[in-house]
Amino acid sequence: MTVTDTARESVASGLEMPRTESHLNPPGSYDLADHPLPNGREEIWRFTPLKRLRGILDGEASDAGLTWTTTLPEGVTLTEITAEQALELGELAPNDRPSALAAANAGGALLLDVPADAEIGEPIELRLHGESVDDLVWSRLLIRVGRHARATVAIVHTGSARYSALTSVLVGDGAVANVLSLQDWDDDAVHLGRDAIRVGRDATVKHTSISFGGDVVRMHANVEYAGPGGDAELLGLYFADQGQHLEHRLFADHTAPKTKSHVLYKGALQGQGAHTVWIGNVLIRKVAEGIETYEENRNLVLSDGCQADSVPNLEIETGEIEGAGHASATARFDDEQLFYLRSRGVSEKEARRLVVHGFFNDLIRRVGIPSIEDQLLETVEAELAKNVLKDFD
Amino acid sequence: MSKLEIKDLQVSVSTDDGPKEILKGVTLTIQDGETHAIMGPNGSGKSTLAYSIAGHPKYTVTGGTVTLDGEDVLAMSVDERARAGLFLAMQYPVEVPGVSVSNFLRTAKTALDGEAPKLRTWVKDVNTALQQLNLDPTFGTRSVNEGFSGGEKKRHEIAQLELLNPKVAILDETDSGLDIDALKVVSEGVNRFRAQEGKGVLLITHYTRILRYIEPDFVHVFVDGKVAESGGAELAEELEAKGYEKYLTAAV
Ligand SMILES: Nc1ncnc2c1ncn2[C@@H]1O[C@H](COP(=O)(O)OP(=O)(O)OP(=O)(O)O)[C@@H](O)[C@H]1O
Ligand SMILES: [Mg+2]
Repeated sequence: MTVTDTARESVASGLEMPRTESHLNPPGSYDLADHPLPNGREEIWRFTPLKRLRGILDGEASDAGLTWTTTLPEGVTLTEITAEQALELGELAPNDRPSALAAANAGGALLLDVPADAEIGEPIELRLHGESVDDLVWSRLLIRVGRHARATVAIVHTGSARYSALTSVLVGDGAVANVLSLQDWDDDAVHLGRDAIRVGRDATVKHTSISFGGDVVRMHANVEYAGPGGDAELLGLYFADQGQHLEHRLFADHTAPKTKSHVLYKGALQGQGAHTVWIGNVLIRKVAEGIETYEENRNLVLSDGCQADSVPNLEIETGEIEGAGHASATARFDDEQLFYLRSRGVSEKEARRLVVHGFFNDLIRRVGIPSIEDQLLETVEAELAKNVLKDFD
Repeated sequence: MSKLEIKDLQVSVSTDDGPKEILKGVTLTIQDGETHAIMGPNGSGKSTLAYSIAGHPKYTVTGGTVTLDGEDVLAMSVDERARAGLFLAMQYPVEVPGVSVSNFLRTAKTALDGEAPKLRTWVKDVNTALQQLNLDPTFGTRSVNEGFSGGEKKRHEIAQLELLNPKVAILDETDSGLDIDALKVVSEGVNRFRAQEGKGVLLITHYTRILRYIEPDFVHVFVDGKVAESGGAELAEELEAKGYEKYLTAAV
């Protein structure tokens, strides 16, 4: 467990904000002046290949869109709202330049609404498809899961685009929400996404971010709590191939007592220049007594020439914690595991497949959306076929 | 047929100070249907012998031959050795997270037979094998060796022995860490395997107690990377009474 010293220094400077700030995750703001064009040395940008963002950060206006194919079970609505309405509903302000640009350029927002007390059994699906990386697409979405409602939302991205999306998930008191974002883009797509979740009192949220495709994918998953008793599970799975940059930035902001955050991200890398970044951060504020948090990132390096950056952070401002910890590990194929399997007659290829599936299995089982789980197993299989298994035919 | 022939086997491991020779010329033949016990002090190279026969990548064979029914074992890959009929019950079975025992067993059986086992009989066979080793059926859904107790890992090895049914089984200290009941259960498993026609067993152990359940045809004293003496079952009793001292002084 690391307690960051800077966190202790970054006490609110007595201006308008009495709140302590996280040094890694400054408070959100719609003002673009708060999000200047980065030069790449900034703490929040230093891992990201700015040159490969294809100019998204310049913030050109564009009215291109993705094609949305939706499955909306009865009781669920998807409507257009204005920027003002988004603020009134309690949208979580953007926390970096691309998300602030998305707010500025999207021209209004979409609201996916699950009314209070609704029990939506089947998953709500939003399938978003882009035609070309030439399209610059700004997106702004609010997902509201009303008090005591229950819903599962799967957002699946395919095709290609230069895409920047600001997504807020507002989970009412006592609600149970499961939100998944799957990045299954073509090779050239660039996706900068920020998902932020506000967890209501005694609400339970699961958020899963899965990245397979795209040239550069940089996703935030942020969570904060509107009241005590909230429970957030943040899961992630990524598989980076040759040349791909897949970045996941997590922030659990414990703004209320007796709240929980559990973060588990697992990634595999293969091929020259495959690069993954995982930045985890947990801020335990003074009010947040009796909270529980655990963040974990595991990476499996399947070939030479890959780089997995993994940085867990923990900023603590109260001593009254139930439990807090983190783990981060990056490993290669375990020779002993492969030997054990092969000593039972299993071919090297099959042994590798078993080990990688095994690595992801527990995570995939926790996603909680059966149709997606099957798809994930297939995708992992397809990814393996590209590199890890191809020499064994 | 199952004749395992080890001739003048020399094996080294690489260390920071260069290669270190561990096996210094091991010669040993297990004829069709025979059970051989190997006893020897810690660090004498018993596991090295077992792993080298199985083809563990850590060990480099620098000389000698190993054949199974005349076929050159050392030329085979790890999984080819298994498919040729060798099985190693490991001293420290490896955990494979996320891979269920039943998936693992089915994959192994399919690889060995070249075709998937018939589902109905297979499920029954697996349950029987687990049950006979006192492992309850929930082990099928657990990850391979993960969170298993020491004794459960060893019993799981013998369940595999019975299900995969090789020609020659090498058991590396399968008896250590077992309580007396587990020892009986494990020995019964090995004896069921041995009762079949022509099966060979190479049993590595520190203790004579397992040899009371699994009676060996030959006992070999293993010291400093070599067979120092061979004899019948009575040699084990002598070792138990007198220890390895006389061989150790001789080796210096
Ligand atoms: N990587 C290594 N570097 C140096 N020495 C090694 C290495 N691997 C094994 N050895 C040595 O090889 C020798 C033989 O080890 P081995 O495990 O075969 O012994 P063993 O007879 O099975 O012992 P035990 O009864 O304790 O199981 C030991 O002295 C061990 O320290
Ligand atoms: Mg040993």
